[in-house]
Amino acid sequence: MRKALLFVAFLFVCAFLLLGAAEMRPFGEPVVAMMDEYYIQNAQPEVAVNNAVTAVVFDYRGFDTLGEATVLFAAVVGILALFRKLREDER
Amino acid sequence: MNNHSMSVIVRTVTRFVYGLVILFGFYVIMHGHLTPGGGFQGGAVVASAFALLLVAFGSAGLKGQLNLHWLQSIEEFGALAFLALAFLGVGTAFFYNLLANSGGFLFGGSVPAGPNAGVLNAGGLVPLMNWAVGLKVMSGIAAVVIVMLVGSRKEEAE
Repeated sequence: MRKALLFVAFLFVCAFLLLGAAEMRPFGEPVVAMMDEYYIQNAQPEVAVNNAVTAVVFDYRGFDTLGEATVLFAAVVGILALFRKLREDER
Repeated sequence: MNNHSMSVIVRTVTRFVYGLVILFGFYVIMHGHLTPGGGFQGGAVVASAFALLLVAFGSAGLKGQLNLHWLQSIEEFGALAFLALAFLGVGTAFFYNLLANSGGFLFGGSVPAGPNAGVLNAGGLVPLMNWAVGLKVMSGIAAVVIVMLVGSRKEEAE
């Protein structure tokens, strides 16, 4: 009974994904390409950077990178705090 | 040599390779605005060299060379430098790149449009931010790896 239920659920999810795949747009043709075109056209003259991804990460979307760095900082501080007891025992 | 270090083959290969890995990581950080990669990726590569040293030689192999307080100081310096660089252009906007195309000595060059060989002295704040984030990621991940390895070894011994 449970296996049959799981199988039906599996079929449902598969059909869902296949229907989604059938309606997918062809590769390289996004719905809205305005921002992509802007970055590709203006990364070199505006930021003077060859790597457009770096231009996005550190200039256009710099605030996002700040959040990313904060996440890493929080992770490092959390792990150091977690192992603090062990380090205190060492002394 | 403590009994946590690996075999002589691994130790010899590590001795040859870890300097090259660190050099490659700094290359990825330095050329973040020209080639794929950047501060995060290069920092992770350098940290992987430290992890390799730790795995090959055991926790005793790094005791004198990598100090946790130093690593934490470098990480905080990187984070603060990143924030300070972001605040530099706050007259126009947060994260405004005021050094790009300024013509100055410090990464102020311009890049010709279209495919080109790449200008290292260009990009304004982007290479400086790459260095800040690179130092931060490098020392942060190294500190995490060291602390977790030492902690797990201590639990094993108990």
